[in-house]
Amino acid sequence: MPSRRRALLCLFLFAVLAAASLTISLAAGSLDVSSWSALSSLWSGDSLTREVVLELRLPRALAGFACGGLLAVAGALMQILLRNPLADPYVLGVSGGAGVGALAAMFFGLPLLAINGLAFAGACGAMLLVFGLAHGESAWTQPRLLLTGVVVAAGCGAVIALLLSIAPQEGLRGMLFWLMGDLGHVIEPLPTLIALLIALALTLPFARDLNLLARGEHTAHALGVSVQRLRWLIYGIASLATAVAVSAAGSIGFVGLIVPHLVRMALGNDQRLLLPAAALAGGTLLVLADTAARTLFAPQQLPVGVLTALLGVPLFLYLLSRQPR
Amino acid sequence: MSADLLEARGLAVAIGGRTLCRALDLRVRCGERLAILGRNGAGKSTLLATLAGLRDPAAGEVLLDRQSYAVSNPRQTARRRGWLPQASYDAFASTVLETALVGRHPHIGRWDWEGEHDFVIARAALASTSLAGLEQRTVYSLSGGERQRLALATLLTQQPALYLLDEPLAHLDLNYQIATLELFAAEARDRNAACVMVLHDPGLAARYCDSALLLFGDGEWLAGPSAEVVTTENLSRLYAHPLRELRDGEHRWFVPA
Repeated sequence: MPSRRRALLCLFLFAVLAAASLTISLAAGSLDVSSWSALSSLWSGDSLTREVVLELRLPRALAGFACGGLLAVAGALMQILLRNPLADPYVLGVSGGAGVGALAAMFFGLPLLAINGLAFAGACGAMLLVFGLAHGESAWTQPRLLLTGVVVAAGCGAVIALLLSIAPQEGLRGMLFWLMGDLGHVIEPLPTLIALLIALALTLPFARDLNLLARGEHTAHALGVSVQRLRWLIYGIASLATAVAVSAAGSIGFVGLIVPHLVRMALGNDQRLLLPAAALAGGTLLVLADTAARTLFAPQQLPVGVLTALLGVPLFLYLLSRQPR
Repeated sequence: MSADLLEARGLAVAIGGRTLCRALDLRVRCGERLAILGRNGAGKSTLLATLAGLRDPAAGEVLLDRQSYAVSNPRQTARRRGWLPQASYDAFASTVLETALVGRHPHIGRWDWEGEHDFVIARAALASTSLAGLEQRTVYSLSGGERQRLALATLLTQQPALYLLDEPLAHLDLNYQIATLELFAAEARDRNAACVMVLHDPGLAARYCDSALLLFGDGEWLAGPSAEVVTTENLSRLYAHPLRELRDGEHRWFVPA
């Protein structure tokens, strides 16, 4: 268990890494910009550099950071809620619902705003469906919630496959990119950043309560945690955080599953440190992955979800192999 | 000195449509120890969870410090009563010391972190359950008995006035069984704490508890001072098997006939 001083030090280091990743993403790209001039162009500089950095790279980097943070926090919360290390933000069908909404919008050729809007509506629809189905007479149990979510996600997967199979050829690529996660369409990063701040502000006061919830419902209750209220709270926050991230950037896989585990392996399972650290680490990972996605084979862009997995898998396996058994 | 800490009034406990205990009136005073005896499935754990306020009663009410759980603040309640679960599993790894410190939760403010005082209490609790030296081990590396002692240490760290112990002796060797019962005897004597414990050995119940509650599983119950209630006649009915009493000085032991 970290002391408060050590926790703040860790968060400071994570914040430095996050700032470094953002700087890299501002500098990297087809227009060659040094890190320093990328940073200085935030307030001055020649018009071309300024335009590329401020209009193109900065919004995309900030949205990527916010989405990565949202997914990592949502994943950490889902793992606690379900007391299952395999849980991720998508386990309860939120991304499936968003996928159905987004692909339906693309299928009918609706504009970008409608795609994002329908994705968000689909995510909320799936969340409410799982919530309603799993909510029994008094309370749900974790296996019931998990099973309901997995089955709803499977149903959404079938609808997505159906849409993909009947979609016209020219629309397929966009749909596949959306499904693998793509930050290329982000115009305005502010809503995602605000959502991340709200998610952290609402969960951090309950971080120690969440430590107890991870040890079991009755244990938490006996130690003075209002279990039912807390579970609704983190279920709602995790689902909405996922919905915001998914409707902005598509269903980017892996960040939400792996970042909480990476942070847990490095810093332990104290949610007071884990939640903010996961937000910073998830943001950092997604910013780096997205920078690689748009520069590795430029002008060809890769779906960022592929890169998060390609970066995350070796890192995760390395840390796992170093864990004491 | 001997104020009522826990009181059940007309309490009914039911699970799965079956009433396990009906119209139970019970008082537990500070410094008193009560054993709950009964067959498997007679409702010992369910009753204990109800007495802990973790389950709603089917009828009647449970009062802690003369206040119903329904209206009391969970955090304040957690400073007064502790509950030992029958079994627990850990979904995520943590160290022995971290686990013991969990018991400090209700004593620490929302924005505060564990201080030196809390560490001292947790280390003392680990020492009193013979876990000193294992502080940095992960819970996954502990044996069943060590985990049980860690659960007891976590409960001691909570420092409640009322201990509700669901099978505190599970997985423990004989020496640790006696050490654990002596530990709670000392808590009752030195801190004037009350204990309600689910036990499987009527001899230990007679030896370590002032009073006993026998649950027959059909809603019937019998409560009173251990010396009067824990008898071969009652126990033979309770376990539906004839028992014989053996005497060893002042101690009484019960063995199947």
